[in-house]
Amino acid sequence: MTQFLARRVALGLLVVAGVVVLTFVIARVVPGDPASNWVGPHASAAQLTAARHTLGLDRPLPVQIWRYFRGVITGDWGLSIHTHQPVLSDLATRAPASLELVGAALLLALALGIPAGLAAARWRDNAPDVLVRLASVFGVSMPSFWFALILQLVFFQRLHLLPVSGDYDPSLNTTHPLAVHTHMPLIDALASGNWPVFKSSITHLILPAIVVGSYPGGVITRMVRASILDTLGEDHVRMVRALGFPERTVFARFALKPALNPVISVTALVFAYSLANTFLVEAIFDWGGLGSYAADAIQSLDTPAIIGVTLFIALIYVAANLLVDVLQAVFDPRIGLQ
Amino acid sequence: MTEVVLSEGELAPPRSLRAVLRANPLLTAAAALGVVLVLVALLAPLIAPHPADAGSATHPLATFLPPSSHHLFGTDPVGRDLFSRVLYGARISLAVAAAVIGFSILVGLPLGVIAGALGGIADTVLMRITDIFLAFPALLLALALASVLTPSVTNATIAISITWWPWYARLARGQAASVAGRPFIAACKALGLSPTRTMLRHVLPNSLTPIIVQASADVGGVILTAAALSFLGLGAQDPTPEWGLMVNQGQAYFATQWWLVTFPGAAILISALAFNLLGDGLRDVLDPRRVVERR
Repeated sequence: MTQFLARRVALGLLVVAGVVVLTFVIARVVPGDPASNWVGPHASAAQLTAARHTLGLDRPLPVQIWRYFRGVITGDWGLSIHTHQPVLSDLATRAPASLELVGAALLLALALGIPAGLAAARWRDNAPDVLVRLASVFGVSMPSFWFALILQLVFFQRLHLLPVSGDYDPSLNTTHPLAVHTHMPLIDALASGNWPVFKSSITHLILPAIVVGSYPGGVITRMVRASILDTLGEDHVRMVRALGFPERTVFARFALKPALNPVISVTALVFAYSLANTFLVEAIFDWGGLGSYAADAIQSLDTPAIIGVTLFIALIYVAANLLVDVLQAVFDPRIGLQ
Repeated sequence: MTEVVLSEGELAPPRSLRAVLRANPLLTAAAALGVVLVLVALLAPLIAPHPADAGSATHPLATFLPPSSHHLFGTDPVGRDLFSRVLYGARISLAVAAAVIGFSILVGLPLGVIAGALGGIADTVLMRITDIFLAFPALLLALALASVLTPSVTNATIAISITWWPWYARLARGQAASVAGRPFIAACKALGLSPTRTMLRHVLPNSLTPIIVQASADVGGVILTAAALSFLGLGAQDPTPEWGLMVNQGQAYFATQWWLVTFPGAAILISALAFNLLGDGLRDVLDPRRVVERR
């Protein structure tokens, strides 16, 4: 077990090193000159040289890679060209809003996906199954940016039901000022008992969470269905059935629990995917997280910021994978023995 | 209906194409839709009512016309017929998907089969390289790559291809490794066949089925990714009739001119849906260990 975990961690670190090199390579293929973006089009040659020096572009390539590596480890992720702030501090202020959005989306996806997957497996090849399978394919096939616009059109423009921009109603700032601890308005409002802001945050969260949750919802539903169908074929479930337990008990007590193991891993994987998916959604809902930061960075050719976001999400992805391996090794002792 | 998983050595009896399609109505519908999309892509110049509108033509007197019998999907801010542009969009999306998946198979399949059949150091190196690529969500890596290239359909295709091939290398490797361990490959060795011949004639053909399934399901994923890049301004540029770009261009007007966003986006959804269903259906049908018995 310990040996297994040590191996997984070592492998994870190797992947992280590779990820850092890969992001560096991407940053270096830039056809444009990052320094001229930094100083703007009307700069003098001297300003350009100074900017090259500031950004470290006048050093030889191996030195740049080394400095890049050292920077990533020591927390110096470069300066953003469009905010003129350190990328890492930008990421720190932007990440909580995205985590709140993706967290809400995943909760929604799990809350709908697990029962839907169960129902599909229970009534396999009958109406509920066909319906659930269709819905889950819709979920994974949905272009999120388009879904976001259509939901805005229906729920805001036509029905005037839900707000579509920002994280809560800014007019509440004067009447019910919010104490900021986590940069997640929902959590902050809950922690300080600020109910008007809490209610406003919930209504602002619904539409973006549905959009971001559509892909994970589809993936989780399919995974639950497939995994339960696999488990139902196993000997222990056939035994339970042969003993005459009602179908309800078979599902709830014996099939569901072992079937949820792969669901944990797929949830961790779609978590990182959804963070990347916010690039397409946050700007539409004016949500101040990583996604709209990245969209702004893309518009202004802000390479350090784009590379920073990419690296950040890749690191979360590696960490999530590692966590899944550890959790599964803990829950399933067979894994450690391989 | 019960499912029987056959033990190794037994294979499902062959079924006629018609029987397979009748048993899988969703697969049939998806295949039909896929064929229609390919036909639309191929025949766009013949069926589009205003072929010139797919390019840079402008009609200042016909801007923002709502959908009508003359302009089925309405017209855009410079008066181009949206229906014609959406039809032409199928060409771009399917061409990008074909290029990305073709490249991924061309690169990933040989690498994966060699790694899986040989094992050892080649295997370890390839798997660690793919580990690094797969540490990024495909969309994220494609975005980062596309953002440092000059935005165009070609560069978006290159960016997506670079992120996509490791999946095929992994898939082919797993399949080849399992085929290489089977008795008939040992028999090839015992018969004195050269390793190259064994690999090309025996390991490779027996590793293909999951690749085919994956390729058909991936068309949807590539279409979505390419449209996302264009939506963010990292892919197709005006006047290219690309669906993601058209949604982006319609965004500013969507509160009043709803058709500008709705139709191109629906085209993305329908194409992705068709190929995802096709991939699912093929996976069910082609998995030879699985037969479905009707009671």
